[in-house]
Amino acid sequence: MSFMQKLKNKFKQNEETEEVSEKYKEGMKKTRNSFSGRINDLIAKYRKVDEDFFEELEEVLISADVGVMTVMDLIDELKMEVKRQNIKDTKEVKDVISEKLVEIYYGDDDEKVEKLNIQENQLSVILVVGVNGVGKTTSIGKLAHQLKQQGKNVVLAAGDTFRAGAIEQLEVWGERAEVDVIKQSAGSDPAAVIFDGIKAAKSRNADVLICDTAGRLQNKVNLMNELAKVKRIIEREIPGAPHEVLLVLDATTGQNALNQAKTFSEATNVSGIVLTKLDGTAKGGIVLAIRNGLNIPVKFVGLGEQVGDLREFNAHAFVYGLFADMLEGE
Amino acid sequence: MAFEGLADRLQSTIKKITGKGKVSEQDVKEMTREVRLALLEADVNFKVVKDLINRIKERAVGQEVMESLTPGQQVIKVVKEELTTLMGGEHSKIAVSDRPPTVIMMVGLQGAGKTTTTGKLANHLRKKQNRSPLLVACDIYRPAAIQQLETLGEQLSMPVFSMGTEANPVDIATKAIEQAKEEHNDYVIIDTAGRLHVDNELMDELQQIKSKVKPDEIFLVVDAMTGQDAVNVADSFNDQLDISGVVLTKLDGDTRGGAALSIKAVTDKPIKFAGMGEKLDELEAFHPERMASRILGMGDVLSLIEKAQTNVDEKQAKALEEKMRTMSFTFDDFLEQMGQVKNMGPLDDLMAMIPGANKMKGLKNAQLDEKQLVHVEAIIQSMTKKERHEPSIMNASRKKRIAKGSGTSVSQVNRLLKQFEEMKKMMKQMTNMQKGKKGKGMNFPFM
Repeated sequence: MSFMQKLKNKFKQNEETEEVSEKYKEGMKKTRNSFSGRINDLIAKYRKVDEDFFEELEEVLISADVGVMTVMDLIDELKMEVKRQNIKDTKEVKDVISEKLVEIYYGDDDEKVEKLNIQENQLSVILVVGVNGVGKTTSIGKLAHQLKQQGKNVVLAAGDTFRAGAIEQLEVWGERAEVDVIKQSAGSDPAAVIFDGIKAAKSRNADVLICDTAGRLQNKVNLMNELAKVKRIIEREIPGAPHEVLLVLDATTGQNALNQAKTFSEATNVSGIVLTKLDGTAKGGIVLAIRNGLNIPVKFVGLGEQVGDLREFNAHAFVYGLFADMLEGE
Repeated sequence: MAFEGLADRLQSTIKKITGKGKVSEQDVKEMTREVRLALLEADVNFKVVKDLINRIKERAVGQEVMESLTPGQQVIKVVKEELTTLMGGEHSKIAVSDRPPTVIMMVGLQGAGKTTTTGKLANHLRKKQNRSPLLVACDIYRPAAIQQLETLGEQLSMPVFSMGTEANPVDIATKAIEQAKEEHNDYVIIDTAGRLHVDNELMDELQQIKSKVKPDEIFLVVDAMTGQDAVNVADSFNDQLDISGVVLTKLDGDTRGGAALSIKAVTDKPIKFAGMGEKLDELEAFHPERMASRILGMGDVLSLIEKAQTNVDEKQAKALEEKMRTMSFTFDDFLEQMGQVKNMGPLDDLMAMIPGANKMKGLKNAQLDEKQLVHVEAIIQSMTKKERHEPSIMNASRKKRIAKGSGTSVSQVNRLLKQFEEMKKMMKQMTNMQKGKKGKGMNFPFM
């Protein structure tokens, strides 16, 4: 049985996974059209596996923002694999490509890593960080909504005191999700807001506190220091917290996402990534680059504008989403 | 690692070649390969890269490079020229309608920075061209988008037109223009809604607004960090709306910004402005040549010089030179100097513009923290007038008082005093050198 069929079978086993994979399939429609469609074209165009084939494959991967270094590694490995298995027909190479991609996505981790670290019977603190305009506040709103529906008592802290309208934006989400938002006036010290948030979450016996922060470009040292300070406050107030530091990345971002992941990790020890705007024409190939280079797991992906469209990341479903057309065809 | 610039990488390729008397076709091939990788790493679209590399190869294999004495530099020059040509000249002019108000429409994806750019552009129009713009909140979808624009309007003390989230964006835009006519606002800047991606619904709405208000400019706002997808975004917006220009945002980050090149190549519309920071006055004219350097990972000396020129008053500079010569440079002068440096923008930006600064080991990791400057400022401000002019009178109790007053420690005060003395010595040496024997003291190869 080919690798693709194995992947396909995995999703036909029960209804729950089928629902998940359908969601990914739908959300990643555009992504897939340009990605697996192009790989299919490529395979149709080239009968033989040769240098030209690899060069064009390289371009397909690069155009998905996978990143030059990762692509080079991948192509080298593919070439070796093709040689080893003595593959001549491009149709056979398809299987090897998707297998290698999944390999990179998974790394050495098991699937449990992608779950959000929420403590039982104790306040869990989630700190959300990222550059400007990636969708931090929106992701927090959606996450709060979902946690609330799971029966959790959620409190939000409006730590973005800088951007005009940020506090109001979080408040609107707070209303929608019916959760409390702890805030101070615009321009106040974010660390103080987070401190208030912790106090309030404790006194309200909340299960989860989600802390919003202002977007900042990762090369602004003083702003990154400010963020580190916010994290220190959380650490000081609650031992073991923050339980999650989520870095929000825009799936349309290019190679700079690597710098973002690296620098934010240095300042706040990022525990997971939220990849937003994946339902766009973006390919989200940057996940591969980040997995390959930095080994930070993706915990959530944004597959649409609806509240329910923020999904727990599922690498199998993600790859299934990428290759759905190819799988259906088999 | 992926993070080093093209300049570094090319240099190592060039090193291999310099030993040789002649450059072979193979060498050129190797160099263009490096250029290709660098451009791809900078997020330039791969199709754009392909065309570009073909042109560069043609020129590089030709006599221009092969016969030059410094083939490595020559390749960089060719690459830079090609990039600059591709990006076109400077176009930071904004249209003026002969029947005011002039209408500008801001379009783009979510999170690109449309609303902030709307504020910055309004500020630019007022400050640089003495206009009085009206801001229009047509993003009725994103929570608090209207509040965001209203807050910006408050910060700028500029009028903002909004009709809440229930009104139709086309109506909002139409009514806003009516109001602008009555209130004599000569510019109307319309902030439109963004979407997660280009979809028909959004385009329909934007087209409706466009056909109704007939804007004089349509600016596409694009995040400079955008990857390969920048081409698709720019292409579809241009296709549907026929944009008149592009504003590139978040260029104050450390992205190489290859998106700029892709967008220009696909739309052939000028990139007019660049967002260079979070503050409302941080919108600059876009300089294609500098962007070329940046994409290539080379420093940007021109910007640095220009920044220094606009921020340092010439008269002040003359007076300073005199002081340096006579060693009468005081802490007051120092404070003034620091103010000027700070006016030039974030220190890291300045560093990034110096070519080769990323190669100096010490500098690469030096964290230029502006908070440090604040400390220095506080220390000086805690000194008495006499102390600032005669640091020699400083004793233990004075130092203690200064440390207390500035919220620092005595050791920090000591460090500053020591640095100041060293600086003075250095200044004297420098001015003596310049005054004394011109050309002899500073023997630069190019002089």
